[in-house]
Amino acid sequence: MPQTGVRTGVRSELNILVDDRPVRVAAGISVASALFNLGVTSYAQSVTGEPRAPLCGMGVCFECRVTIDSRPHQRACLIPVVEGMHVITASNPG
Amino acid sequence: MTPHAYADDEIVAADVAVIGAGPGGIASAACAAERGQRVVVIDRGSLPGGQIWRHLRDGAIPRVAAQWISRFERSGARFIGTASVVDAHGETRGFDLLVDASGHAVSVRARDIILATGARELFIPFEGWTLPGVMGIGGAQALLKSGASFTGKRVVIAGSGPLMLPVAASLARSGARVVLVAEQASRVAVARFAAALWRSPSMLAQAAKYRARFLSSPYSTGTWVTAAHGFGRLESVTVTDGKRTWREVVDVLCTGYGLIPNVELAQLLGCETRDGAVIVDERQRTSIASVLAVGEATGIGGAPLALVEGEIAGSTVGVQTSPSSSLTRRRSVLKSAARSMLDTFTPRAELRALPTIDTIVCRCEDVKYGAVQHAICARQAKLYARAGMGSCQGRTCMPGLDFLFAWQADSVRPPIEPTPVSVLASDIANSASSAYSINSSVGEAYQ
Repeated sequence: MPQTGVRTGVRSELNILVDDRPVRVAAGISVASALFNLGVTSYAQSVTGEPRAPLCGMGVCFECRVTIDSRPHQRACLIPVVEGMHVITASNPG
Repeated sequence: MTPHAYADDEIVAADVAVIGAGPGGIASAACAAERGQRVVVIDRGSLPGGQIWRHLRDGAIPRVAAQWISRFERSGARFIGTASVVDAHGETRGFDLLVDASGHAVSVRARDIILATGARELFIPFEGWTLPGVMGIGGAQALLKSGASFTGKRVVIAGSGPLMLPVAASLARSGARVVLVAEQASRVAVARFAAALWRSPSMLAQAAKYRARFLSSPYSTGTWVTAAHGFGRLESVTVTDGKRTWREVVDVLCTGYGLIPNVELAQLLGCETRDGAVIVDERQRTSIASVLAVGEATGIGGAPLALVEGEIAGSTVGVQTSPSSSLTRRRSVLKSAARSMLDTFTPRAELRALPTIDTIVCRCEDVKYGAVQHAICARQAKLYARAGMGSCQGRTCMPGLDFLFAWQADSVRPPIEPTPVSVLASDIANSASSAYSINSSVGEAYQ
C-alpha cells in the first residue's frame, strides 16, 4: 500500500544491470528515470538509425523501448526498477 | 497494493470495467464500488494515479490525490496495472475486453464500461525534435515524478497551455536551470485568460504560486521554438518572437502544444466523437449503450472536472439514478472554464511553417514532411508513406499532422496497442465467446 502524502526523504537504493554494467539506482523509480539519471541519452535507434530518447514519458510514443530481463519492447517509462533487473538499451527493436 | 501475477488466459468478471486510473477513473471506480458494483480498473501504469497523480511507491503526492487513491483502495475495486486493453467486443450481456497484462492475456468481461482514457500531448514537428533531449512538457513532468533528476540541466520549456507553469515550477524546484518559458499564445490572449480567472480565484492563486517558483526565469508570450540543434543529442534551440530570432544553449527542451483526448478505445467500441472527443450525455453516457466516458477523453478540462465526471459516472452506472444537482452544477462551471482555456492556447498558424521537407513527422517510421505534404488525407499518408504505421499507431504524429494539414484522423483497428502475438493467439482471445480471432484479424488486414 503506498504511503500516500508522506515524504520519506532519502530513498533506498537497489542494484540493476544496464547493458551488463552493474549500477545502483534509487528504489522504485522508473527504468526511464534511472537511465536518465545515469546519463544514458540514446535508447534504441530509429528505423533509419537515428538516436532516440523518451518523448512522452507516459507510454504513448514507444521511443523508450528497452529489453528488460529478456523481454523485448518494454516501455522504460512505465516500469519501476526492481533489484537484479537487467536492462538492455542498445537492442534495436525495429 | 501488491502486484498480481496473471496466469495466461485468466478471465476476470466484473459489473463495471474502468479503463484508466487517473482522477476520472479513480473517482468512477470508487463511487461505483462503494455502491456495491464489482469494479475492475485497467491502467498502463504500475500504480493508480494516471499522469497528473503519477507518483513513486511510498512517494509524496498532493493531498487530494492521496485522499482519492486511498478511497479507491478501500472501495473494493480491483486494480490491474501495467496493462492495456488491446481489443474489445460487445457481447449479448456486456463486453469482452482483451487485456495485455505484462504480456499475459486476460479477458475482462463486464456489463458496463467507463472510459477514463485521459489525454496525451499534442506535438507539432519542427527540425530537430527527434533529438535525444527533446521531450514533452508532460513527458518531463512524468519523468520527474518517476524519479528523474534534472539538477543542473539547462531547460527551455516551449509550447502552449497552462501545463507549462506547473512543469516550469517543479523543474526549477528540482534544481534545473529553466532558461526560458516560451508560450506561443499572444500576450493579449494570455492576459484575457488570466483576467477571466477572477471567477476561479483558487486557479489564479495556483498560477501565481507556480510562477513564483521560477521567477528568475523569463516567461515570454508570443514566443516559440523553431528548431532544435545538436549532434546525437540536443545542444541548442532557435527561438523567435516573430520579430527577433535567437539561440539558447540547452540540455533539455520541453515541447508540447496542449492535450489530445485518447479516444482510440472509444472509437473501437463504436462511440461517436466530435472534434476528437467522445460525445457524452448528462449522465456521461456515450452513443453506445453501457459505455460511459469521463475526463479528458470527453474534452480537455483538467483533473477537477474529471473527478466530478467520474463521481457522476460511478454513481449512476448500472442504476436508474440521476446525478446529484451539486455535481452537475460543478461540472458546468468547470466546463466553461475549460472552454476559455482551449480558445486561449490554440496553436498559432506560424507553427504550420516550421517543418522543412527533411523534418521527420512520424518518429516511428522516420517519415519526412516531404513524403506526406502532398497527401490528401491521413489514410493516403499511411498507405503511401507509412506515416502513423509504427509502434505508437499514429498517436504521436497524427494529431500534429491533423494540425498541419487539417486531416481527420483515420479509423482504428485492433489490436489498438502493440501486443505480443502470444496475447492475440491466446485461448481467451480466440474463445467462442469472443468475436475476435487471430485468423479473422489477419484476414481483415489484407482486405
